[in-house]
Amino acid sequence: MATILADLDFRVFLQPAVGGGGNYLSYLLFGLGWTLLLSVCSWVLAFVVGSLIGVLRTLRGTLLPQLGAFYVEIFRNIPLLVQLFIWYFVLPETVPFFGTWFKQGLSPDLQQFVSATLCLGFFTAARVSEQVRSGIMSLGRGQYGAGLALGFDTAQVYTLILLPVAYRIIIPTLTSEFLNLIKNTAVASTIGLVELAQRSKNMGEYTSRLYESFIAVTVLYAIVNLVVMLISRNVEKTTRLPGFVGGKQ
Amino acid sequence: MYSFDWSSIPGAIPYLWEGMLRTLQITLVAVIAGMIIGTMLAVCRLSKSRVLSTLAGLYVTCFRSIPLVMVLLWFYLLVPDLIKRVVGNPSLDIRLLSAFVAFSLFEASYYAEIIRAGIQSVSKGQVSAGLALGMTGGETMRLIILPQAFRRMIPLLLTQAIILFQDTSLVYVMGLADFFGVAYNTGNRDGTLVELILFAGAVYLAICFVASTLVRKLQKKIA
Repeated sequence: MATILADLDFRVFLQPAVGGGGNYLSYLLFGLGWTLLLSVCSWVLAFVVGSLIGVLRTLRGTLLPQLGAFYVEIFRNIPLLVQLFIWYFVLPETVPFFGTWFKQGLSPDLQQFVSATLCLGFFTAARVSEQVRSGIMSLGRGQYGAGLALGFDTAQVYTLILLPVAYRIIIPTLTSEFLNLIKNTAVASTIGLVELAQRSKNMGEYTSRLYESFIAVTVLYAIVNLVVMLISRNVEKTTRLPGFVGGKQ
Repeated sequence: MYSFDWSSIPGAIPYLWEGMLRTLQITLVAVIAGMIIGTMLAVCRLSKSRVLSTLAGLYVTCFRSIPLVMVLLWFYLLVPDLIKRVVGNPSLDIRLLSAFVAFSLFEASYYAEIIRAGIQSVSKGQVSAGLALGMTGGETMRLIILPQAFRRMIPLLLTQAIILFQDTSLVYVMGLADFFGVAYNTGNRDGTLVELILFAGAVYLAICFVASTLVRKLQKKIA
């Protein structure tokens, strides 16, 4: 252990990176950029699809809620890595129009990015939908009935009354889902997307300085985690609802 | 239209079974070791000693803020290095050992949080009662608090085990042939990657669906 520590040499980050474009520090920061871009794009997808599925699960009747439950079971019970490989290797081969567009219209970098975004988006959507559902359920049927009595239709009740309140209640749990999503983007390195985790491995191989690059990347992930947590704590404070658990008195 | 070719699966069943055994082996080791270390971390975190609770908190926060892939890469790098320094060249498969250590230490941080919440859900009166009966703090924890806490946590601990079972597929980054690794290699060799990935996905889905349904039933029984 002591010899490993004594051997560390962080000047390696100032060396020019293989493939040009600045030193290794900027090489890693570009990887961080990819990681964040992937996180944000998949989050948008996850938020939209997750809200939709979450709403489906709270609707009356049996067919639509079951459809939502089916979605959640599928996406929660297959490992993320397998899902990613399905998006990257299986669907482009087997789905007619998507496959042609994917293979002919996209460069390899974009192919990896699109697969990873779709995979992480739909995967995280299953988790978001559970939160949205429990947020809506926590409001009780009274709000729904009150909306209908005021002459709103179901879509209006959801978009104008239930969802705005539900979102504000579930912000803390959505934050932790977003943090999970950022960590999950590292799985995209397995299909060759050169995001942060992949760059730590590449840099280690190019410079034979694995410890230094791993330490730097681990610290970067920890910093991102911390920053998102601090931001979300502030958002939570300003959006907290009076009268609910953890809300203002 | 894509024409599926499932012919390479029957011949690969024995290898896939071996891979599944390895997957289960990693899961089992990580669940047991993770729960033991996690319990110790949770007790440390709740202890009155400032040093112990800070150290345990730091451990949990660190492991929970970095991706599992990064943790696996770290241990894939560190474990062989450390073992060579201590005992020389071991006869064991070093990748499997790295996976055991990485998953155990990583899962410990997740189990620690579940167990901490479980301990905190036991009412304070139980501690006082234990102390009033003349038990030491350690005895109260071991004989009174933990048994009740674990009973309540069983569904959550099992759900975490199912998540862990799925996460073991990430040993792919170490080049270890677990169930998914064998499926991927077979598909790659025979040019039937599409079929093998779908097959692996279906197997995971079936196992995890049955397991999580059982856990939900158990949860209703306990509650």
